[in-house]
Amino acid sequence: MTHQGELLGQRRLARERTRRVSNMVMLIMTGLLTLIALIPLAWIIAYVILRGGRSLNLAFFTQLPRPLGMAGGGVLHAIEGTIIVSLLAAVFAIPPGVLAAFYAARNPNTTLGIALRFGTDVLSGVPSIVVGLFAYAVLVKPMGHYSALAGGAALAVLMLPTIIRTTEEMLKLVPHTLREGSLALGASEWKTSLSVLFPAALNGIFTGFLLALSRAAGETAPLLFTTLGNERYDIKFIVTSGIKSHQGIFQVLERILDQPVDSLPLTLWKYAQQPYPERIEQAWGVALVLMLVVLSINIASRLWIQVRARRLKGS
Amino acid sequence: MSKVLQHGDRSWQALLITVSILVLVLMLAIGWMLWRGSSGAHQTFGWGFLAPTSLVSWDPVNDHFQAWPFIYGTLLTSLIAILIALPISLGIAIFLVELCPAWLRTPLTWMVELLAAIPSVVYGLWGIFIFLPVVVTPLGNFLAETLAHLPWIGILFSGPMSASGSSRLAACLILAIMIIPTISAVSRDVFMAIPNAQHEASLALGSTLWETIWQVLIPYGLSGILGAVMLGLGRALGETMAVTMVIGNSIEGSASLLRPGYTMASVIANEFAEAVSKLHTEVLVEVGLVLFFMTMLLNILARFLVWRVARRTPLEVRT
Repeated sequence: MTHQGELLGQRRLARERTRRVSNMVMLIMTGLLTLIALIPLAWIIAYVILRGGRSLNLAFFTQLPRPLGMAGGGVLHAIEGTIIVSLLAAVFAIPPGVLAAFYAARNPNTTLGIALRFGTDVLSGVPSIVVGLFAYAVLVKPMGHYSALAGGAALAVLMLPTIIRTTEEMLKLVPHTLREGSLALGASEWKTSLSVLFPAALNGIFTGFLLALSRAAGETAPLLFTTLGNERYDIKFIVTSGIKSHQGIFQVLERILDQPVDSLPLTLWKYAQQPYPERIEQAWGVALVLMLVVLSINIASRLWIQVRARRLKGS
Repeated sequence: MSKVLQHGDRSWQALLITVSILVLVLMLAIGWMLWRGSSGAHQTFGWGFLAPTSLVSWDPVNDHFQAWPFIYGTLLTSLIAILIALPISLGIAIFLVELCPAWLRTPLTWMVELLAAIPSVVYGLWGIFIFLPVVVTPLGNFLAETLAHLPWIGILFSGPMSASGSSRLAACLILAIMIIPTISAVSRDVFMAIPNAQHEASLALGSTLWETIWQVLIPYGLSGILGAVMLGLGRALGETMAVTMVIGNSIEGSASLLRPGYTMASVIANEFAEAVSKLHTEVLVEVGLVLFFMTMLLNILARFLVWRVARRTPLEVRT
């Protein structure tokens, strides 16, 4: 009897021990898994910095590519193209994004408000290559040629969900008292929106835009068949030659916007597939520039959004 | 709240509503344009275009196309990427919510999310020159030696491993890295949304922390975690550049993970700008249409599941 009792007690003790041990093992495991996920992050960032740093020099940022097989030259065309396409995307995406966010923030529970939130969520899941096909069908095909405009439109579609969501969040954080104060003073709804709510949320909206931009600037797939690529793209040349031949500002703008351009990710993709070692080295340089730009915009805008949100909530 | 409308308010409201509707219409427009852009392909091939087949027939020169190799490549790589990423992401979510000291939580969360911010071409470049030779090729050779003779799943590991390392396996691993941030962020939100009472009740009954997680929190948040998996799957299906750069882009009969393959997104990226015939273009647009529908359905389902966990009423918890 006592013997059996002892045995039971021992079994219970053993079971307790297994439970405690498995608890420890599994909890440590979650920490290890977190570490495992961070290995590729550290590996990629460190390697790109080490390898890409070697091919960065002044020419890299200020010159056009040399002919294939020749060392030297730079990726000025891609830097200019990225800036142009990103600016276009901003112009296309910000106005509708901010207006839609005004609606969603003011009417969160109407059918359209719910549909809008759901729609932007789903839109953010559409693959970027599909957005590229869409922009090709809507813009490139009717216009008959590839252009920076079409690329900007494709990126705008990708940026729209992020802009709507962050703007909506920021507008919701603006204290009610501000809005009510303005309405009580007799200002109309639209005037309140534009001259009270919008400025109060402007910082947040801008950072939301930067966050969207950091995502769009790294995208390649939607540009493959909208901007196509153009190793001869040189804004300085377009402007000076335009002035020399007395072209109007619109003609110059058209030559800047309405022709194929390159972008950093697109250049990286092309260079990585070429058999020339100089181009591969430059690809690493492009990767470094791209990664630094995208990551620093991303981190800075997240930090700023947090600070803003805390300040708006506090007031 | 009664409203006094002033001049301009009506047109302001009309403007907001118009823009909001336009944003919604954009989604329909994407579907519509892709449908119209691929009309010739529907008429020529019908549903058979999408059907599973063991024959490889993708012949731009003779205008004969079937999408199965790409659908297979996309589904296989995405599903295996999920199998790899899910345990890691759950581990991260649990660590961040339950164990991590407060000062470490924000930096760790951000670092995991930075994985999603790195442009996918950079993943691709790193993949080609570092990840393939250092990790994928040795791993592939090992798998070919050990698992190729197993019944059923052996077919996935039949060698030889492709010499350059470009293979479906490489795509799976890169995809897994790329979707970890999505799955871990959403499941973290799901764990945070679980009422504290569930947690405390389980601990008060004498469960260890792990038992609480495994027997209470995970079952409670299961539909949310499922939603997270679907969001991750949606990202994996549509991921283009990194996959295109490491998968090898070749259509061959083998079903093996260790051989080069092709995905729906990567065939569009590779062939669209240089499509030989009108039908070729339309067929690629149809592949895009299928991809669009797949990701849209997944996203709708996923949002619904996540939303259900977040919305689960306190009432339901009490009963």
